[in-house]
Formats: sequence, structure tokens, C-alpha cells
Amino acid sequence: MNQFVTVPSTLRLDAPLSACNLTMAHGHHTVLSELDIALPAGRVTAIVGPNGCGKSTLLNGLARIHKPRHGSVVLNGADIQTLPARQVAQKLALLPQDNSAPEGLTVTDLIRFGRHPHQGWLSQWSDDDQRAVEQALAAADIEALADRALDTLSGGQRQRAWVAMSIAQETPLLLLDEPTSALDLGHQVEVFELIRTLAGRGKTIAMVVHDLPSACRYADNVVAMCGGEIIGAGAPADVITTELIETLYGITCDLMQDPASGSPVLLNIRRMQR
Amino acid sequence: MKSTPYYWPAWILLGLVGLTSLLFGAGTLELRQAFAVLAGQGTEEARFIVLELRLPRLAIGLVTGLALGVAGALLQTLTRNPLAEPGLLGVSAGSAFAVSLAILAGASTATLTTLVSQAGALAGCGLVILATRIQGVGQDPVRLVLAGATLSALLMSLTSLIMLIDQRAADEIRFWITGSIAGKNWEQLTTTLPTLVISGFIVIAVAKPLASLALGERVARGLGHRPGLVQLGVVIAVALLTGSATALAGPLMFVGLVVPFVARALGGADIRKTLWLCLPLGPAMIIAADTLSRLLVAPSEMPLGVITALLGAPVLLVIIRTRRIPTL
Repeated sequence: MNQFVTVPSTLRLDAPLSACNLTMAHGHHTVLSELDIALPAGRVTAIVGPNGCGKSTLLNGLARIHKPRHGSVVLNGADIQTLPARQVAQKLALLPQDNSAPEGLTVTDLIRFGRHPHQGWLSQWSDDDQRAVEQALAAADIEALADRALDTLSGGQRQRAWVAMSIAQETPLLLLDEPTSALDLGHQVEVFELIRTLAGRGKTIAMVVHDLPSACRYADNVVAMCGGEIIGAGAPADVITTELIETLYGITCDLMQDPASGSPVLLNIRRMQR
Repeated sequence: MKSTPYYWPAWILLGLVGLTSLLFGAGTLELRQAFAVLAGQGTEEARFIVLELRLPRLAIGLVTGLALGVAGALLQTLTRNPLAEPGLLGVSAGSAFAVSLAILAGASTATLTTLVSQAGALAGCGLVILATRIQGVGQDPVRLVLAGATLSALLMSLTSLIMLIDQRAADEIRFWITGSIAGKNWEQLTTTLPTLVISGFIVIAVAKPLASLALGERVARGLGHRPGLVQLGVVIAVALLTGSATALAGPLMFVGLVVPFVARALGGADIRKTLWLCLPLGPAMIIAADTLSRLLVAPSEMPLGVITALLGAPVLLVIIRTRRIPTL
């Protein structure tokens, strides 16, 4: 049913994380059906689509949070369901949306949770753990906030602290579910730029993003989903067309190229005349 | 994770409370003589009172307080409900019903109760888990507590029924149900040790993943933990701990509620800090209550269950009024 661009099969060979024939369901309700996706190594992939199209379900499937009904998710060549949870967590970090932490938890406390996959039952806090936490604080540029309680931070600072927890997990793969939802424009840019920085250091990143212009601006690769299927995947400039936007959101618009970044910009958006 | 300024003061408090319990009450003895026994001297009679009457009570208070405090902290964190209490899992009601049955069958409170009440606690908790599993909602802590409350109510009324049937049983049960750590011996303590050790290992294994569950189930899974397994482990540990405590002291209300509450107010919301603080605070509360129970109406004694409630309520009120309680 891929009526636009299919995932190039050459991409899948070197993809650290991919899904093949993935079908996922909640009870009797099929959310994703027979879907193929591959995350290109070292790139940022944005998953876009209307509400309820299965974006978060896809992310849950890719991260081994939920079991697929059919098909498989392949992590570094192995079926992810055959791998122990801890081993997956050493390769792949997931940051869900709308996270909440107990009151009074400090930024450092939170980031330390990211070390769990690397610790045994009784193992003490190691030098490696300490170094990872310090590097995560530095990467997210929140060293000055290390001892602050999360509930005293601004939305953007708090979200950077959560991302820092995932950084401390030191995984080559990072999956983020709407990392900028409920953030104002300034804080959104703050988080997106951090994500770009991480990709620049070689992480493979996939994020669910609601805002299509941001997806085009910050992702190397866009996956457009509609009704549990992928209807387009590839570089933003190739994938994002007025027809695709019509299919996704039921709106018409004009597209322009951002002179600075070359990414598509949506103009003159209006509801489609049916 | 022990890094809270209240950790060592809490242990010092327990030390003072424990010392007081050896020096006062349960047998008339002059303070000077009690000190002499602690110094390794003292008369035969003084040694008997301190070492045979008061010391076992101290030890049992230590164990029940530890078990109830830890069980309460675990359950409150699991259900994300600061008002959750170990009794809510059907544990206390299960052991109360089992003990009532045993008494009806001819046992007396002095014999039998330890193993019977532990078996009852596990059976009660097992029924609750089974009920939620059959409905396919085994991983939902709220429903777990609802099922527990339902079963508790049912078992409580069955227990009342037994009390109506048999007058002798009614007297024995009424005594047991108010809770007491008096007149227990070392043997009863040792029968609960295996379950305590098992639950200790479970607590060590689940503490870290349980802490991460406070960040949400998806986050915990993303960190490589298995929430279903953790929840099962917590429920079993709570059943074992509460079962042991109930076996030793009867269904002591309020301790499993107040102690973790205080620990959280002092140490913050992280379950590991709460658990570390519950270790000294739980025993301190029970031993203090027990000491008071001997002194208030000496030479007779108040029921321990009454004192824990009388002691716990004002502590809870003061804490609620003076501090912000971290939400779970």
C-alpha cells in the first residue's frame, strides 16, 4: 500500500534498528499492519502523522515495550524479542512522552536512573557510571542545574534533563516520543538542537514529532504514517509534498523551500474543501 | 542512597527507644538494677526480668516494626498511593481469619498462631492476586488494592461470624486482634525468620526497579526492567512481611501507614531512601508504643494496637501540618 516512496532496501542492510512486516494490535484493534521501517545509522528520523495513526505504537514496538502481533523488530541483526530486556536497554534508550518524576527528585538523581541497564543487582556506583552522568550533564548543557529538583525547572530544562537520562544510558540508539510536546517555541528549539548535537556524535535517533515543519527542519529522514501504514519515507525534501500533507492531515497548503536550510516550509494552510 | 541527614539520627532514636524499653516496664524493677543487668551483673530476678521478659519483646518489636515499615513503604510506592497500607492486600484479614479458624478448632493464642497466620496471610494475598489475574488486570495496582479491600471485608465478616458462634473463641480472637508483643518467646521469633530472610532478598532485588517505576512504566521498561515481575515480587514480599508481623504481634494497624509516611517526609520520594529510613523508624515506633503500653496503666498493660494508633495519629497530624509530603 506504499503509494508514495518505499523504504529503499539498501538502507535496511546497515540499519541498526529495523522492523519487518510489523503488525501491532491493542486487543482486537489492529493499530499497525504489515509495516516495514529502517532507521539509517547516525541519522535523525522523524515519524510524523495525524493523531491516532500509530506513531507511538510503532515507537513502543521498536523499543520492545510491546510485543508485535506479527513480524519482527531487528536490532543489530537479532530479533529484539529474543534479546533480554537489559541487553536491549544497553543498545537502545527510549524516552516516552509526558514523563513525571516523584517530587524532589534532582536532575542528577534522574540521570543516574539511566545507568540501570549497566548495573547488576548489587553493583555499587562505578567510576564509569559517574563519568557517564557527568558527560550527560555536559551534553545536555545542564551542569548548572545538577542539584536542582526537577519540579523547580522550566519545561525546556526539565525535558533536557530527561534527555540527559537517556544520554547517560550510553546507547547507540535513541527513541523519543514527542520530545517537544507542551514546550514553547524557544524550548522546542533548545531540545531539537540538543537532538541534532547527539546525532552529530553518531547516535541513531528516531523521534515522533507532531510539528511537521520542525520535523522537516531537524530530521534527515521523515517517515509519514497514516492509518497504521507508512505512506512515505525519505529525505524531507523528497517526501513532503502537498499531496502527502493532504492525505495526512486533510489540509491543503503551498510548499516553499527554506532558503537557509533547504527544508520544506508550509505556507497558506487551510482546510480542504470536501 | 542512604544520603539523608535523618538516617543516623533515626538509628540513634531507635537505640534510645530500645534502651528505654529494657529499663522500664514489664515486671517491676528498679532502674539501678536494670542498669546493673545491662552492665553484665544484677540479681537473678533482675536478670530474668530484663533478659527473659523485656529482651524478647524488644527483639519482636524490632522484627515486626521492620517488617511493617518496609511492607508499607513497598505497597505505597507500588500503588502510588500514600494511604495504602499492608492490610489492604487482604494480608491481615487473611491471617486473622486463619487464626480465628484455628482458635475455633481448639488452638489457643499462645500456640499455633505463627505458622497459621503466615499461611493465612499468603492465602489471602494469593486470592487477591488470583482475582486480578483472572480478570486479566493483574498489573493494575489500583485494582489489586480494590480486590484486596473486598476480600478483607469478606474475611473480616467471616471472622466476626466465628466470634458469634463460639464464646471462648471470641475472647481469644478479641485479645489477638488488638495486637500485642507481650508474652512471646524466642521460638515464635525464629519461626518467622525464614520468611523474613526470603522477603529481605526480594526487597534487595526489587528496590532499584521499583524506584524506576516511579518514573512511569514505559520509562522503567526502557531502562531494561520488567514491571510485571517487579510488581509480583513486591506483592509477595509485602505478604510475607505482613504475615510475619501479624503472626508475631497480631494485626497492628497504622504502623505500615505512618512509618513510610514519616520516612518519605524526611527522606524524599525515592523508595530506596524511604526503605533505609523505615529500617530504624518502624521498630522505633513499635518499641516506643510497647514501652508506653506497659507504663501508662502499670502494673497492667494497654493493648499495643491501641497505643500504635494513639501514637501514630498525632505524629501523622504534625507531619502533615509542618511539612510538604512528596507525592508518589
